[in-house]
Amino acid sequence: MALQYAFYTGCVAKGAGRELLTSTNLVCKKLGIELFEMEDAACCGAGVGGEDNVMVSDTINARTFALAEERGMDIMNICVTCQGVHKKAQARLAKEPEYMARVNEVLKSETGRVYKGQAKIRHFAKILIEDYGLDKLKAQVVKPLGELKAAAFYGCYSVRPHEYSDFKNPDDPDEMERILEAIGAKTVSYPGRLKCCGFPIIMMNKQNSLTMSGSVIRSAKESGADCLVTQCPLCHLNMDAYQPEIDDTLRMPVVHIQQLIGLALGYTAEQLGMNTHIVSASGALASI
Amino acid sequence: MSQVTFRIYRFETGKDASPRYQEYKLALQEGDTLLNCLNTIRDTQDGTLAYRMSCGSAICGSCAMRANGHALLACKTQASSLVKNGVIQLDPLGNFPVIRDLVVDLEPFWASLRKVSPWLQPNLADEPVRERLQTPAQFHLIDDVTTCILCASCWSDCNVLEVDKKFLGPATLAKAHRFIFDTRDAKGQERMERIAEPNGVWDCTHCGECSTRCPTETKPLARIEETREAVMKAGITNSPGARHALGFRESMRWFGALNENYLPIRSMGFFNIPGILGVMPVGIRMMLKRKAPPILPHWIDKVGEVRRIFKRFHELRKNNGGTGAKTDGDD
Repeated sequence: MALQYAFYTGCVAKGAGRELLTSTNLVCKKLGIELFEMEDAACCGAGVGGEDNVMVSDTINARTFALAEERGMDIMNICVTCQGVHKKAQARLAKEPEYMARVNEVLKSETGRVYKGQAKIRHFAKILIEDYGLDKLKAQVVKPLGELKAAAFYGCYSVRPHEYSDFKNPDDPDEMERILEAIGAKTVSYPGRLKCCGFPIIMMNKQNSLTMSGSVIRSAKESGADCLVTQCPLCHLNMDAYQPEIDDTLRMPVVHIQQLIGLALGYTAEQLGMNTHIVSASGALASI
Repeated sequence: MSQVTFRIYRFETGKDASPRYQEYKLALQEGDTLLNCLNTIRDTQDGTLAYRMSCGSAICGSCAMRANGHALLACKTQASSLVKNGVIQLDPLGNFPVIRDLVVDLEPFWASLRKVSPWLQPNLADEPVRERLQTPAQFHLIDDVTTCILCASCWSDCNVLEVDKKFLGPATLAKAHRFIFDTRDAKGQERMERIAEPNGVWDCTHCGECSTRCPTETKPLARIEETREAVMKAGITNSPGARHALGFRESMRWFGALNENYLPIRSMGFFNIPGILGVMPVGIRMMLKRKAPPILPHWIDKVGEVRRIFKRFHELRKNNGGTGAKTDGDD
């Protein structure tokens, strides 16, 4: 039976990062992974929406979990921020049954739904490695990314706090690199790969935010990378869309991991929305 | 036990032109903490190696350092857990000037702590006959944060401090929380107003390094999140950070989803023309690449359910003063 997931797209993949949604759908279609988009699921709040009352966002997220439970599927996230927020909400609810009961009381009375504590939150990378399998992915590759030197950028919520990470060794993960190597790319190790991109404070302290993303980009560039690879559209925005304001000479392409997988599976850069990035990736892709 | 190479940072300010790494080999004994190993190296191989230590029991916070790039307490960590390809690399804490080897100058840390008046300031006009009592529930609010041992591990790995030394930093914000949430303290409002200013609680990126490195239950990020909630409930909302949070909630309530066109303007403030002009360049770049969010907002299916949840919390708040959500209409 085909792998099936309740697909939580997150808001950015429907807005400023639509190429992420496009490329995820294409890749999953080619791999035979069935996605059921949760068009009725609400924004996770990104850890911000609940800042004046965390119980509100926990209730909204409990509704999302209930929707997945009703479908009988695990949730697939393609944004590590959504994934981290979902996991934190689940942990708070699981820790205090009395709190979960109060959340469920509101949920039941306002929506008729109940969160049973069963929905599992999985990120795309984890699904690809654990459920689908990298050997199987490798077998599907029609265009190995031979000469491309890719710098994996993990994103905070995928590795911290450790207890919520999908990865085995969050202080030194290798999951993104393993995926990239499975599609034939070369990977580079660089000091910034587990750092924060700075996006959460772009509206509060733009200078700090862009200094942080600039430091990651320079770190990847100094390590000889042709492109940065993200698994969170927010990291992508800060390092791609703002890159001309950081330093217009950097010219470091930033791509979603799904886009590189899509290229290896035979899609064109245009089909995968790579022409919508602010920093052109065409130079880096020429090496493939 | 196996032989391990300790690759240790060596540098003395005022004497050395640049830092270097020196290697020491040591056979690990079962149960060796990292601090045991350092003591053995100092006692048997190199008496000039400098590091701080005192209690050896994870109480004093002196032996914080970086192992393989991450801050930890040397006395609380089994050396065997750190070995990577036969090597353990040790560096001084990050975000501090180095005095010598693994010893850093902690003055920036103490200077930051002093900025939030880290002592109890009760209402002296209301002097109790005996001590100021707390219920267990009241103490529970500060139970975790009072476990802070001021080891500066959080400070070392904070991603914001790496780029901005003016940021108050995780330990300082946790210390502010400790008094804001202390029911015996009378300066809560003043303390919250102080940390809601630039370089304070809204400048944290939630990167999670502080809580991940914290060797106690202080977990600064969790305290920062609780403090932000308290700041907003106290009505201190005239900052981009607070407006950002309110804008997010408004967007969630109206659309069930984030409206990326509304949020930047709401965060900057509707009449903050320079702020709004500041977000224009990225918007234009995105429009030119057909990447800008659609003009027409996206509503999720069954958005009514989400609105009813928000309404319910709004009513709860009105009815019992603070247990429900604050909405934009309340400010």
